[in-house]
Amino acid sequence: MSRHHYSGDALIEVLHTAQELYGFLSPGLLKSIARKLRLPPSRVLGVATFYHFFSLKPKGEHTFVVCLGTACYVAGAPNVLTALEHRSTKAGTTTADGKVSVDGARCIGSCGLAPAVIYNGRILARVTPESISKELDRIGVE
Amino acid sequence: MTVEELFDQQAAEVERQNALENRIYCCTAAGCVSCGSEAVRKAIGEEIKSQGLTGKVEVCGTGCMGLCSKGPLVRTSKDDALYGGVDVSNAAALVSAPETLAPLRIDTSAPFFIKQKKIVLGNSGRVDPEKIMDYIAAGGYQALARACTELGPAGTLDEVKKSGLRGRGGAGYPTGLKWELVARQPGDVKYVVCNADEGDPGAFMDRSVLEGDPHRVLEGMAIAAYAVGAQQGYIYVRGEYALAIQRLQLAIRQAERERLLGNRILDSAFQFRVDLRIGAGAFVCGEETALLASIEGRRGQPRPRPPYPPEAGLWGKPTLINNVETFANIPPLIQNGGEWFASTGTATSKGTKVFALAGKIANTGLIEVPMGTPLREILFDIGGGVPGGLEFKAAQTGGPSGGCIPAEFLDTPVDYESLARIGSIMGSGGLIVMDSSSCMVDVARFFMEFCMDESCGKCIPCRAGTVQMHDILLRMTKGEASSRDMAILEELCTLLRETSLCGLGQTAPNPVVSTLRYFRPEYEMHIRDHRCPAGLCEMKGNEGGAR
Repeated sequence: MSRHHYSGDALIEVLHTAQELYGFLSPGLLKSIARKLRLPPSRVLGVATFYHFFSLKPKGEHTFVVCLGTACYVAGAPNVLTALEHRSTKAGTTTADGKVSVDGARCIGSCGLAPAVIYNGRILARVTPESISKELDRIGVE
Repeated sequence: MTVEELFDQQAAEVERQNALENRIYCCTAAGCVSCGSEAVRKAIGEEIKSQGLTGKVEVCGTGCMGLCSKGPLVRTSKDDALYGGVDVSNAAALVSAPETLAPLRIDTSAPFFIKQKKIVLGNSGRVDPEKIMDYIAAGGYQALARACTELGPAGTLDEVKKSGLRGRGGAGYPTGLKWELVARQPGDVKYVVCNADEGDPGAFMDRSVLEGDPHRVLEGMAIAAYAVGAQQGYIYVRGEYALAIQRLQLAIRQAERERLLGNRILDSAFQFRVDLRIGAGAFVCGEETALLASIEGRRGQPRPRPPYPPEAGLWGKPTLINNVETFANIPPLIQNGGEWFASTGTATSKGTKVFALAGKIANTGLIEVPMGTPLREILFDIGGGVPGGLEFKAAQTGGPSGGCIPAEFLDTPVDYESLARIGSIMGSGGLIVMDSSSCMVDVARFFMEFCMDESCGKCIPCRAGTVQMHDILLRMTKGEASSRDMAILEELCTLLRETSLCGLGQTAPNPVVSTLRYFRPEYEMHIRDHRCPAGLCEMKGNEGGAR
């Protein structure tokens, strides 16, 4: 925060860094950011909830983000997501044991590789329901 | 660095590169990385060491080479050839004897290559985005030098006006006019903002430019700042583009070290700093006033215009906002002059346009063609047509603000006016091909769902209207809609278009309007016969659903 001179304008940068460090934005963390940047907590929460990138809940050990952009959609991403949800949990949630998080994303800009899935930050190209199932087997999902 | 040093350094670097026996360019853009190009690059590096060729052969990573479907791509300077589908086992051959890899060689005289004209992507695949010297060797920052020493602010502005360049973000506002508006504003504090919040699904041009040639965008911004009298610039990048962010940060540091950004640029009185602002996943932030709000650290919600950003933008100061591709066009434009730029393209749309080909097309990837190229040539000659024996059905341009172009308009030249006439828009450059297995009602529903999720919720027509339209389209795909729904849908289209606050809401009905215009029978079949001709929508009496 000192890099941004504790300026309220840098709120989004600060939230990015905070999420990188702590994994998610807890209510306590948001409050302390508000205090340090001298912003009303409502404004910090407002910004944190407005942007999809910020997560207010902890993520699972493995994260799968299925791209649902047009190119991936046309190439069959919904089938991949259904397969993934069937084996683990609904998009936007984490399994009860905290092992797998599933999310859908707007275009990730890898349309040449459709359908694409981001698994723990790495892009998997031309994913099929079968290949995603194999990936789940590999990390030991029932 | 002074202007003389810039030219000296260029000559020295070119000489060094020419003295190499072989320089191997390994595509390290997102597409190739996911097919393992990093491993190939590493293997080549080790191979150079083990063959004792250090200093004679060199390997470097580059930006996108275009033909993403054939990745990983490698280019060798020894025989000036492009190889596709390379793997680690080919490393030894690539280093010393690339000619033995003939089966992997890609024919660069194919229509995919010769029908393109590369201005924006000129360096992509030819320079290492992580080395400023590579960019300088390719003539980089000379346009900035020309602007600062030869043209002056007014002369620079004149060149841009003469070129007829129009904004590449989609709307096509003349760039020269925009620059002039900002330049004419009184006051010392002005800003230059680069819109790199590429949100359209199916568009990855800006990402490739930023990843493959970040210095070009910085140079374009610096020239703009010089012309309009700004000292501070921001690049607003999508948070999803981690590699682009990393390369931009590196490029900014390098340019500052060489005094090509920062204080006393090229030993003149001109100063310009660039900072990155990272987006956080909100499509509406591509709208200029929402983007400015987001840079100021607030929720990305648009505000009514006027005042337009050239008058009152960031913190109420005059602000120039251009898209990545627009800025990337500036260095070659200034280097070669406005008339040179205007010699490409059509009467009203000058220059080239980068498109991201995706969907049901053989050659997915990144292409750049002169304005006015017929759609058929782009999709069938360059794109290689629809694979798998299915029939071409529609091409979608402009993302959720654009429309679907049916087969009968394939001969339309691609320029701003022609696309608007057939109910689509140029957009930022995503071009998604659909074949007969895609249901147009479902496509319209998909885009409406997108707009519904991304609506910022500030104005009611967009917030409530998109939900209603999505609801109707959803019922259509389930076979539960009546003909009255159709009438309401059309009424909502007009309502949203005319009463929404910003571009998101105003253009949200476009996919529905254009599919209704060209594929009305398909809608009617959904309503009347409860049947989906593409067999995609699951409804009563049709169990052939794919999903």
